[in-house]
This record gives sequence, C-alpha cells and structure tokens, in this order.
Amino acid sequence: MEPGAAAAPALLLPLSEAEQQCYAELFARCRPGPAPEAAAGGSGVAELFRASQLPADALHQITELCGAKRVGYFGPAQFYVALKLIAAAQSGLPVQLESIKSELPLPRFVALKNDSEMRYGTPAEIHGAKCQIPHTALDKNSFKRADEGDKLQETKSPPMSPIGSPPASPSSYQRVPLSYGYSKSRSGHEQKHGASYESRHSAHQQDESAVGNYGAKSAHGQLSRSLSAEKEPQDSSSNYSDDPWRITEEQRDYYLNQFKTLQPDLNSFISGTVAKNFFTKSKLPIPELSHIWELSDVDCDGALTLAEFCAAFHLIVARKNGYPLPDKLPETLLPDYLQTASLKPIRDCALFDSYSESLPVSQQTRDFNRTELETVCEDPTNSEPLILFDVMTSVIEPKTSIEEVSDKSALIQAANSDDKQALKISTTAKTIPKEFQHLAVKTVAHETNTLKARPRSRSYSSTSIEDAMKKGEEPPTPPPRPQKSHSRASSLDLNKIFQQTTQAVRSGWLPPPPALPPRPFVSQVPLVANTEPATQPKSSYVDFRVPEQTEQVSEIELHPQMNRVPPQIEESSPTKKEILPTQPPSKPIRRKFRPENQMLENQELSPTISVTSSLPAVKSHHPVQKQSSKQKRAIQTAIRKNKEANAVLARLNSELQQQLKEVHKERIALETQLEQLRPVTVL
Amino acid sequence: MERIALLSPVCSPRLQNYPLYIRSVPTENELKFHYTVHTSLDVVDEKISAMGKALVDQRELYLGLLYPTEDYKVYGYVTNSKVKFVMVVDSSNTALRDNEIRSMFRKLHNSYTDIMCNPFYNPGDCIHSRAFDNMVTSMMMQYVK
Repeated sequence: MEPGAAAAPALLLPLSEAEQQCYAELFARCRPGPAPEAAAGGSGVAELFRASQLPADALHQITELCGAKRVGYFGPAQFYVALKLIAAAQSGLPVQLESIKSELPLPRFVALKNDSEMRYGTPAEIHGAKCQIPHTALDKNSFKRADEGDKLQETKSPPMSPIGSPPASPSSYQRVPLSYGYSKSRSGHEQKHGASYESRHSAHQQDESAVGNYGAKSAHGQLSRSLSAEKEPQDSSSNYSDDPWRITEEQRDYYLNQFKTLQPDLNSFISGTVAKNFFTKSKLPIPELSHIWELSDVDCDGALTLAEFCAAFHLIVARKNGYPLPDKLPETLLPDYLQTASLKPIRDCALFDSYSESLPVSQQTRDFNRTELETVCEDPTNSEPLILFDVMTSVIEPKTSIEEVSDKSALIQAANSDDKQALKISTTAKTIPKEFQHLAVKTVAHETNTLKARPRSRSYSSTSIEDAMKKGEEPPTPPPRPQKSHSRASSLDLNKIFQQTTQAVRSGWLPPPPALPPRPFVSQVPLVANTEPATQPKSSYVDFRVPEQTEQVSEIELHPQMNRVPPQIEESSPTKKEILPTQPPSKPIRRKFRPENQMLENQELSPTISVTSSLPAVKSHHPVQKQSSKQKRAIQTAIRKNKEANAVLARLNSELQQQLKEVHKERIALETQLEQLRPVTVL
Repeated sequence: MERIALLSPVCSPRLQNYPLYIRSVPTENELKFHYTVHTSLDVVDEKISAMGKALVDQRELYLGLLYPTEDYKVYGYVTNSKVKFVMVVDSSNTALRDNEIRSMFRKLHNSYTDIMCNPFYNPGDCIHSRAFDNMVTSMMMQYVK
C-alpha cells in the first residue's frame, strides 16, 4: 500500500458536487467541534465506517490509505479519502488509491436506526445523491450483535437528536459499539457517521495506539465482532439493502389489509373514486397523487388491482418519507413483479431466520430504539410529517429481520419484551401527525390493546388487520325483529288476554255455556253479505267459524274473539265501499295474527258473538266469577277501544266517500267536455 | 427549421373553448402558435356543426386539414366529448403525411383517455401529467427530426 503520507495530501480527489456535499456533511457529523479543520470524532468515524458494511480488513486498509493512521486523526482530507475509498470498496473495486480517482457512486452507509426512514430520502434528495439507505432490518441485527453485552442506554440519548450531532464524547470510546448503534439509530445522516466510525474501528483494529483519538481497546473486540456480524447480514441483505422502492413483507401485509378494507375481494379492483378518497387522506398534494396514480395504474383502466394498489401505496409512503417521485415506475413496483414477489416471503423469512436468535439479546437495543424513537419523534426539528406508515415502516424495518420468521406465533412469544417498545411506538404514533385518520386513531388504540399479542411492527399490521376486522364487525346487528304482534289498539290487551287465556285453559276451565252458538249465525249473515274484498278475510273467518262452532271454547278465549269479531262485523256493516278502505289495513293484521295463534284464532273466530251476549255468558259463570270479572273488565276496555277505533274509521270512511263522489262528478264532467270537443278536434 | 405541433386539446363545455394543454417545439413564436390555434377553433366548430348529428366514428373525429395558411398547416381532431386537438405544422415540413397526422392524433387521444382514467384528474383542468408530456415530447421529437 502506498504510504499515506504520499497518498493523502498529494491525492487530488476528483469529487463531484454531490460527493463534496455528502462528504462535507458526513464530516460535519463526525467532528466533535465546530472547527472545520478539526478531526472527525473517532467514534463517529468508526461508526460510519462500520455502517458502510465493508469487511474489517477493507476498513483497515482504507484507514491506512487515507492516512488517518499516519497522521493519527481523521482530518478532512483523510476523511474524504476514506469515504471515497469506501465508495470504491462498495463498488467492488480494490481498496487502492488508484481506484478512487475515477468517478464513483457515493458510499453507502447502512441506516441502522429504527426511524432511519425518517431520513431516508432527505439526504438523498438534498444531495441529489444516491446515498442509498438500505432497510434497517439487517442493520439492526448487526447492531444488536455488536451490542451484545453492552449497556447502551446512557449514551444513547444524546446522539439521538436527529439533527445528528456527533455521537460521541471521547468517553464513548468504550461505547464505540454503542455509538455505532447510535449512528445506526440515527436517521439518514448516520451514513456519514458510519464512515467515520468505520474508520475508527478499523483504526482500532489495526493499531490501537496509532490514532490519538481512538481509544478503548476494549471496544476493539466488540467492534470486530460487530463487523463480523455485519458481514453476515450484508451478504443476505444485499438484495434489499438500498432499494427504497422495494416493498418489505410487513409493508406488503399492511397494504394488503388496507386493500381489504377498501375491497374485500383481493382479486378485484378498487375503483378510481374509492382509491382517490383513500389516497387523498394522505394529504399529499393532488398533482403528486395524480402522478402516483399514473405510475401505478399500469393498465390505465381507472382501477387498481392489488399489485397496483401496493405500488401506489408504497409510492405514497416513499413520497411522504421525502423520496422524490420517479418518472417511471421502478421495476420492483411493477404489478408483475409485485405479483411474483408475493411468493417471495418464504425465502425472505429464511434469510432472516438467523436473526431471530438475536431477539433475547436485543432487549437493550430495543429499549434503546424505543428511547430513540421517543426522542426523535419528540424532536420538533424533525420536520418530516410522518404518516403512520412511516412509523410503521421504520418500526417494521428493524423488526423485519426478526419478524420475518415464518412462524409469527413464535415471534409473539419471543417478542413479549417488545411490548414496551410497542407501547412507545404507539405513543410516538400519537405524536406523529395522523394523516390517515381512520387508521391512525384505531391503530393507536389498538396498539395499546394488542401489545401483548404482537411485536412492535406487528402491532401496526395487526392493528390494521384489526381495523379491517373491526370495520367488518361494525355493521351492527340488526335490531331484533319486531315480534309479530297485533298492531291494533287492542293488541296489548288481547295479548294479555291471550296469555291469561292460555293460563285459563291450562287451569282446566270449563267451556262457556252454550248461549254463544246462536250468535255466530246471526253475525255470519252480514259477514257473508260483504263485498269481495271483505269476503276474503271473512270467508276465512267463516270457514273457521263453521268448524269452530262445534268446538268447545273457553269463555275467555271467546272474549278476545268477540272483541275482534265485533269490529269486523261493524266494519262490514257499512257500505261496501266504506269497507274497502278499512278492510285492507285490518286484513294483514288478522292474517298475521292467525298463524301465531292459530288455535286461538280458530276458537276466536268461531262465533261472532256480540259483546252483550258474551257478557251475560260471562256473568252466568259463577264459580270463577272473580276471574271472569277481571277479564270482563279487560274485555270491556278492549271493546271500548275498538268502538272508538270504529268511530274514527267510520268517519274516515264517510269522508273518503265524499271525496270519491266529488271525483266521480269531476270525471263525468270532463268526459262530457271531451265528447263535446271531440268533433271539433277531428276537423 | 422545423416548427411543429402546437397541440392543444381544447375542451368545450358550455361553449367555452379554453386550452387544456399547449406545447410547441421549438418554443419560439409560441404566442403566434397560440393565436393560430385560437383562430382555428372557429374552423373546428364549423366542421363539427357541419357534420350535424352524423354518427360519430373515428373517421369523423379526424377533421383533417383545417386550413393552410402562409407557412403552416393546421390539423384538427375532435373527440366524442368535444375535446379538440389542434396541431399546427410547419408547411415546410412536407414529410408529414396525412396518415402520420392521424396516428399522432390517435396517440394523443389515447393518452388523453389515460389521463381521464386518473381519478385525481378533474375534466376541465389543465393537464399536468408527466406521462402525457413525455408522450407528446417523444412524438414531436420523432416527427420533427
């Protein structure tokens, strides 16, 4: 390797505009003091380097090459060279100074923070660079491994500020892994920190004493451990490390549930208006939503299939996170791709299975993340309006590695410790502006309820599922059907009477005396003489009556019959036309009533006994006079009510008759007019 | 110098013709193009009314050469919903044949229907769709060269 002395100062790095900006920011993050020429904080540098996910020896080489080892610190020159070397290494070029002379993409630093997605796009956008932010899942894992055995809590809070103050005091040396975790947990700027950290780390590894700022050798082992741990995730995560347009499993599940709330049939479409209303809730400006629609509705049919919906949703999430909308739909969001990708989860789960073991160890890290989240979310300078999805995705991503265990139930058990974090997430969710109101409110509420059942990110997806389910349950149970009951004024009394009747029957009452039978015949006559509409119900009554007359009817049962029949009779007595308006309303009632109390009705219908005749019959029954008197009173009141109803109906009848006559007259007049005019019109 | 294709689908609800979209390549003398398009609207209306209540099929959507003026030709196309497409082509560009004009209009029409499918687009709004822009640009580039 070339000696750093010759290399670093003499090396004229061709830095592009974006690179310069990126590097400057990273360096600003890493340096502890405001002085532009101050060295980058060792811990920050180490973390940053580690976040680059390069193998340890590469980082060593980089540190050597850039000259930090030589000069003992990371000055701006060394830092920039280191960053460029990292970029080269990540691009697959050998770690040589010659390789950095060419145009290279920006170095990629793994975002390890839970809420890293908050910064996902911002630095990228700001720099217009491709600082790609891989999903935090794997990083978190590696972070956890690094933090094994470390207590992170104390040092975590300060660097949590999303502004990205350099994480470390020199005392954080021993906490290099912690600060490493810090940078990971920090948002997008962590990339820059990562480089510095990595450089530190590599400096540690190669020569502890060489670099003045570098410190604790005790951290060395941990760093090496963490680095080695990183390699593992890095390999498997290479597919997902830096593609913001790739939908994770949790996101997919969430989108799926949202789709279900809009359209239960997964194979069907969501119409344009429905989707429009839904996406408008995201509070994105309409032109952007319009563009998102254009991108996602591939077949331009004005409706979204599941795949299209997922793509649109993902674009919205990305946009909310600050990513610029692409001009063309990224390939990972194409419906074809998404549909095939739905078969992928199993593979992903397998990849992440290895990380499930880190669960028990991750307690501290979880707490760390939780506090981080709180701090970050509470930070007013965090200007990005987070929709629920952001938190969800942020929550999801670190969890993805854990969550992707195919058996979710196992996770639930293992992740009970996450409940607290989930709780915290819910609180943070509350602090986050709820763009998707319908979801947010329920999610928060659900989270507190479902913590025990689900791990953190799960809680979101589970809440969404529960939301969907709740909505499904929401259609209230239909009110109990109105019981078939007599709707007439006397119905209540009759019902009571019937109840009493049945009781009386059961008590073994003797049938009433035979004074009743003659009456029905008498009443039958006017009934039979009714008009056709009247005969319909009447005939049935008549039919019933005939056989019933032979029946022995209890006195009480007759009473209600009498109550009903007299009105019938009275109604039938008026003119035929008058009966017409009154009959139809009473018909259905009686018919309805009939099936219910068929027996009773049969008995009721039997003789059309007048009230007066029944009364003496009642009175003649001595043994049970008390009961009969009570019933008699009830019957009498019923009779009175019936009579009143009768009177009203009769009045109505007469009025309608009058109207009918008038209408008839008018009609006749018009007809005559027409006939008079007709010869005229023919001409 | 090729000056071509000032396109403006002009919607006419309630007898108001206002441009939903105007594009020209190259971009100088744009105002003149605007004026040309506007004046050509009268011709379009005339042609539409001349057709009367005739059946509306593809052939009659394409109005053909509206009128040739000094140094440019104006082509018109009207959709079933009375959205008008007007294309102004430099007369010196003799390579453009009727078929090509028709195909261009068809493409425009298709893109316009795609825009209409977007629920976020309210009919009558100006068209800001990037996809539409891209299509128009590519089309004009293709024919201007």
